[in-house]
Amino acid sequence: MENLQLVLPEILISIIIMFLLIFGVYKKNSSSLVYNLSTLGLVLILAVVINLDSNVEISLFNNSYSVDNLSRFMKILLILSGIFVMLSSTKYIQINKINKIEYPILILCSILGMMVMISSNDLIVFYIGLELQSLALYVLASFNRDNILSTESGLKYFVLSALSSGLLLYGCSLIYGFSETTNFFEILKNTKDAQYGLTFGIVFILVGLAFKISAVPFHMWAPDVYQGSPTSVTLFFALLPKIAALTIFIRFLYIPFFELIDQWQMIIIFLSIASMIFGAVAAIGQKNLKRLIAYSSISHMGYALAGLSTGTVQGAHSSITYMTIYLVMNLAFFSCLFMLKRNEKYFESIEDLSGLSKNHPLLSLALLAILFSLAGIPPLAGFFAKFYIFLAVINEKMYFLAVVGLLATVVAAFYYLRIIKIIYFDPEKEKYETKHNLGLKFTLVISTLFIIAYFIYPSGVIEMISQININ
Amino acid sequence: MLSIGLGHYLTLAAIIFTIGVVGIFLNRKNVIVILMSIELILLAVNINLVSFSIFINDISGQVFTLFILTVAAAEAAIGLAIIVVYYRNSGTIRVEEIDKLKG
Repeated sequence: MENLQLVLPEILISIIIMFLLIFGVYKKNSSSLVYNLSTLGLVLILAVVINLDSNVEISLFNNSYSVDNLSRFMKILLILSGIFVMLSSTKYIQINKINKIEYPILILCSILGMMVMISSNDLIVFYIGLELQSLALYVLASFNRDNILSTESGLKYFVLSALSSGLLLYGCSLIYGFSETTNFFEILKNTKDAQYGLTFGIVFILVGLAFKISAVPFHMWAPDVYQGSPTSVTLFFALLPKIAALTIFIRFLYIPFFELIDQWQMIIIFLSIASMIFGAVAAIGQKNLKRLIAYSSISHMGYALAGLSTGTVQGAHSSITYMTIYLVMNLAFFSCLFMLKRNEKYFESIEDLSGLSKNHPLLSLALLAILFSLAGIPPLAGFFAKFYIFLAVINEKMYFLAVVGLLATVVAAFYYLRIIKIIYFDPEKEKYETKHNLGLKFTLVISTLFIIAYFIYPSGVIEMISQININ
Repeated sequence: MLSIGLGHYLTLAAIIFTIGVVGIFLNRKNVIVILMSIELILLAVNINLVSFSIFINDISGQVFTLFILTVAAAEAAIGLAIIVVYYRNSGTIRVEEIDKLKG
């Protein structure tokens, strides 16, 4: 029974979800109260997760649910970004009239699903977590239900995500059939020799996961969904599902399929190269900032996958580091996007940034740092993220991947620098509002400071991540 | 006499799965057909799991099937709800007319 305290975060978040549902239904006009309560609930769960004993590495419920350093770190990352998403989008959802009680509850539901996914050590548990996450995300994407773009993005996300779940499940069924078990440890034991069925299963599962992480060639939902859904939901999409998907990628590749590295390594390398190049090239012609950030996140996922494709512990650590820094950069970028507001209307096209530096020097400076960091220019955090990835890749003598990655960085730098040119050298436009709520300012300041000051003490993050046992 | 073995079930599942996947990509008419194709894919997975479960004599495949059935019902409900909301906004659910977002 004492093991139950290790799943206390999941139990707590379920209780909070049910309580808030009942509370929101019985108390009229309680949407902002429910919103604040769920943010508080997330803070509480964060405290509980941090408080878990960091020496315990255990698999619960018949080895189907593992509580280890990987899951603990990823859960902390997940809940922290959840809190910042909630803090920074308070004003946005009020102005766009999507502050219904269901909104924070759906966010909590999908976070619960992601936590289950992160800890899963069994195909069934993994599938349940994945679906709990996706079902909540379908509704969130189409949450602005009177807006045709939002509903269309929800529809597209639903169709493509359901298809990817189907592919993934087909892979799961093949893996189950040919390894005779659903448990990850048992699969590792039963997959010493590569049968055709197992290879097919791995391919299907990787395709499904690539859909979730929006790696090329399974990226087509990402730009549409990012552009169509409300910006607060886009921010959510850009951060949290990626954490969960990357963790489950690491788990699948490093636990059940570790013996079959010859089967999956080429697939991951292909996904990685295709994402890096496509994300960099396709973003060049974009006019909408949210669409641009979608392509940029596709190429960033390519780099994260490049770390995993090495199949080494160092590679996995570098991927986790990359993910952490990617989260902070995207959080900072979206908080800048939330500040482009005039007369109760938010702006999201690149031309709206034109001449921003004349009226908003501080915001422009923050954007400059963020965009340089996204492009990977030293000494900002984004440079270190790419540096660790290339270090891990070169250590494994995969020079081709490293060269392609570097070239893609150069191409990607073009569109980031173009935005900076528009901010600093183009004719200025009307002034934006300068009054913002505290949570948004706090998020922007914290994340920008992290990006700028990362180089002073980079080993802080590295040491935390290097304690994670991968297999 | 021809006896029906695991291979036959797997072939059946593979055929149904392929019909489902092809149905999503070839269909240009109606979103509802896509919803049906997704159900087909999930049913193919269920056939796979149940037959594997029988032939390797392990119960967890059937448990997995029950979970998939439940989730498929929830997924269909949410999908239909999203289609209804979309129809209210645009007045059509023809697949080729769902193209407001592109670039």
